[in-house]
Amino acid sequence: MDMLVGQLLTGLSTGSILLLAALGLSLTYGQMGVINMAHGEFIMAGCYTAYVTQQVIGDAGVSLLIALPIGFLVGGLMGFILEALLIRRLYHRPLDTLLVTFGVGLILQQVARDSFGAQAVNVSVPEFLRGGVDILGTTLPKTRLFIMALAIVAVTAVTLVLRFTPAGRRIRAVVGNRDLAETAGISTRKVDAATFFIGSGLAGIAGVALTLIGSTSPTTGQSYLVDAFLVVVAGGMGRIKGAVIAAVALGTLQAVFETNSTASLAKVGVFIVIVVFLQLRPQGLFTLRTRSLA
Amino acid sequence: MNDVLLTCKNIEVSFDGFKAVDGVDLELRRGEVHFLIGPNGAGKTTLVDAITGLAKYTGSVTKDGEELRGKKIPHIARKGIGRTFQTATVFENLTVAQNLDIAAGAGRSPWSLLRRRKHLPQQVLETMERIGLADHAGTDAGILAHGQKQWLEIGMLLVGDADVLLLDEPIAGMGHEERETTGKLLHDIAADRAVAVVEHDMDFMRANASRVTVLHAGAVLAAGSVDEVSTDAKVQEVYLGTSNAAPSETAPSKGAPSKDMETADARVA
Amino acid sequence: MSAVSKFFQSKFGIWSGFAGAAVALFGIMPLLLSGFRLGLFAQFLCYAIVAVGIGLAWGRGGMLTLGQGVYFGMGAYLMAMHLKMADAEFRNGPGAVPDFMELAGIRSLPAYWAPFASPVFTIAAILILPTAFAVLLGLAVFKRRVKGAYFAILSQALAGAFAILLIGQQSLGGFNGISRFQYFFGYTINDPVNQQMLYFIVAAVLLAVVALSLQLRRSRYGELLVAVRDSEERVRFLGYDSANIKVVAYAVAALLASIAGALFVPVVGIISPASIGIVPSIMFILGVAIGGRASLLGPVIGALAVAWAQTTLSEQFPSAWTYAQGLLFIVVIALLPGGIASIPALAKRFRFKNNAEAVEATA
Repeated sequence: MDMLVGQLLTGLSTGSILLLAALGLSLTYGQMGVINMAHGEFIMAGCYTAYVTQQVIGDAGVSLLIALPIGFLVGGLMGFILEALLIRRLYHRPLDTLLVTFGVGLILQQVARDSFGAQAVNVSVPEFLRGGVDILGTTLPKTRLFIMALAIVAVTAVTLVLRFTPAGRRIRAVVGNRDLAETAGISTRKVDAATFFIGSGLAGIAGVALTLIGSTSPTTGQSYLVDAFLVVVAGGMGRIKGAVIAAVALGTLQAVFETNSTASLAKVGVFIVIVVFLQLRPQGLFTLRTRSLA
Repeated sequence: MNDVLLTCKNIEVSFDGFKAVDGVDLELRRGEVHFLIGPNGAGKTTLVDAITGLAKYTGSVTKDGEELRGKKIPHIARKGIGRTFQTATVFENLTVAQNLDIAAGAGRSPWSLLRRRKHLPQQVLETMERIGLADHAGTDAGILAHGQKQWLEIGMLLVGDADVLLLDEPIAGMGHEERETTGKLLHDIAADRAVAVVEHDMDFMRANASRVTVLHAGAVLAAGSVDEVSTDAKVQEVYLGTSNAAPSETAPSKGAPSKDMETADARVA
Repeated sequence: MSAVSKFFQSKFGIWSGFAGAAVALFGIMPLLLSGFRLGLFAQFLCYAIVAVGIGLAWGRGGMLTLGQGVYFGMGAYLMAMHLKMADAEFRNGPGAVPDFMELAGIRSLPAYWAPFASPVFTIAAILILPTAFAVLLGLAVFKRRVKGAYFAILSQALAGAFAILLIGQQSLGGFNGISRFQYFFGYTINDPVNQQMLYFIVAAVLLAVVALSLQLRRSRYGELLVAVRDSEERVRFLGYDSANIKVVAYAVAALLASIAGALFVPVVGIISPASIGIVPSIMFILGVAIGGRASLLGPVIGALAVAWAQTTLSEQFPSAWTYAQGLLFIVVIALLPGGIASIPALAKRFRFKNNAEAVEATA
């Protein structure tokens, strides 16, 4: 029983990390059908934002709270620029976009390497997040609880923004039917830019949060990216709800696999589960416009 | 002569509770150009999607005594049911001859697929002649004119030996001359096939229909000859609008289509 | 169509093209390159073999496979296992434990290693295992019509999972992989003569693989594959099961990657998870994109060029080379999706356009 609770909690915790990394991806993918491989590097940028902020400010607690909004801005601006310079021009070429953004990611990694060195850097955890909390006989580090809370706040905020703000309504309209939204007078260009800003900003926030549980190196983002993508694939395109469920499910799955075998087998196990899952539910994973096949 | 090639009974298609097609019966007969008309959202294309295996439905579609519901798209296509799409869909990076050769080869063995094509099959040559693209055998389909692409797509169904052809707006975007040629082509190919045409263009329908089924809100509103359907009160109300313009629009053209159809029938015979 | 390209599409042209390539590979290159450099070139040719497969699956079939490292790795590890078994047997008799296992404290040979003592079994495994795996995965994915970016991501995740799996296997050398081979089917690997022989084998395999790719492209299957790439649904509505068509191309690409991996091991002398994970897998794509994904020789030339640049530049200017790679991805894919192979056609169209404008201006 205790072990089950422990695995479930670890799963929830891993899931919320995945979710933070995948939330922005799910948004930008749902919006434009664009796979942004540089999303991992936006996360990495968030990590280094946290690092630099702490170098400047010193106090771990204050710098964390300041780094979160700065991380959002840093990630958001990077996404905004990427969208305006490249992605906008590659609309209707999703696979090419994937490769182009991978190139962008390579460059951003090297920028980080040249600025901060290839060695990993560490951000110290604030006093109030040190230690753990006992939950049903399992000790969970406070940092992980913080990340869970942050994931919940982020999902809630995105949901509220999408549902209740005019900008959010425009985004949902464009996701639902791009052409119709355009004829209704919505500037899809502005909406695309806004979505990319928000989605990439979320990557920045994720990056800041991830410094609490690991060190930061130029390839930090890349290590989260594949898992984040799997969340988006399993969750269905652009569905926030799907992303939440998939992240928690994959996190739990990974935790269960890891306790029952090795970490290396766990990755393979998760991959097999996803392929099997696709046999059962490929719906929602592709859309087919019947009137034209173009 | 007019034997039934395809029978649809009580077709229902629903998307999340919305019934796009609601209990449609349809028979397609050899030798007829059967028009499916109706306002936007009447369920015409969805009906074609259902028959060809793209949309899930309840009810029954039978051809040569075989029930096709639940069968996969390639299986239904190999049963001789071919369709075109609103936006002509051809293989733009392949030549006209290659397009037709692919369409002719759904039953080829893996071995013959792995070899080079020695010469074009006879039916590909004949079909290129028939759809007026004999001079374009080596042209990439992507640079054909809009109308030519639509003819090529029809030709692809012909070489594939489809005897039930479901054409989704075959004259969309065509000029006057191209429409006439297409009309002739439809009657030409309907001689030994059943042809169903989803169309919005009323003049084209009047000029070419052997039979018309009017769909409205997913159900059959009326069915019969052009004259029967044009004079149907329900059709005038729903499809042509309740304005006074409706009768005056149908009236003068009444004579013309029957004349056109006579000539068309003469061509078929 | 230009006279040049017409010539190379004629039967005579194709034969002379192959003859020219054979002369260059077997006659000229061994004269130009010293032993070490020839070995390096053999390594590049291995990448080129992978690239031919990617050109088929991605360029002709539209399947962006970001996980070719998996199949490359399968071939490489299967070959490495056999070489290690043979080395150990030569030293300590049948059933001996390979040296790296002794160091890792593995006393007895793991059961799954035993069959790889046989060279025939190993070669059969290199040809069959990765292909069969690709067929199974391809059927699972393509039958459910998972495609486009979803397929790309799945294949990438597979590469990631495979690399992590290997890192965890101490009986496969873990993080360090398998290295220090002494014999290749009974011949001393370090002997310069045998090194040159290895190079000849790799070059011959590349020629054979290009010939296979050419035949597939020119066959009806090749046309069908392009049709599936451009409009899969149209193909299905013509009565074909498009999944089968894609599986064949994907499996051939896997087979070629596996063969390349198997040759890579004796040529380079080491295989480790670092050369087959996510990043090396996507790097295979770069060469193919630069050369021209849909052309016959573009992937080969692109792969050779990228591998050459990597070796020459990455040690001297590691930072600049990474920027260059990133920029190449961006510039080539965004601005020149047809790669180098499309430049002649583009230039011709450009000239044609200019001529037309000139005519208009004079008129």
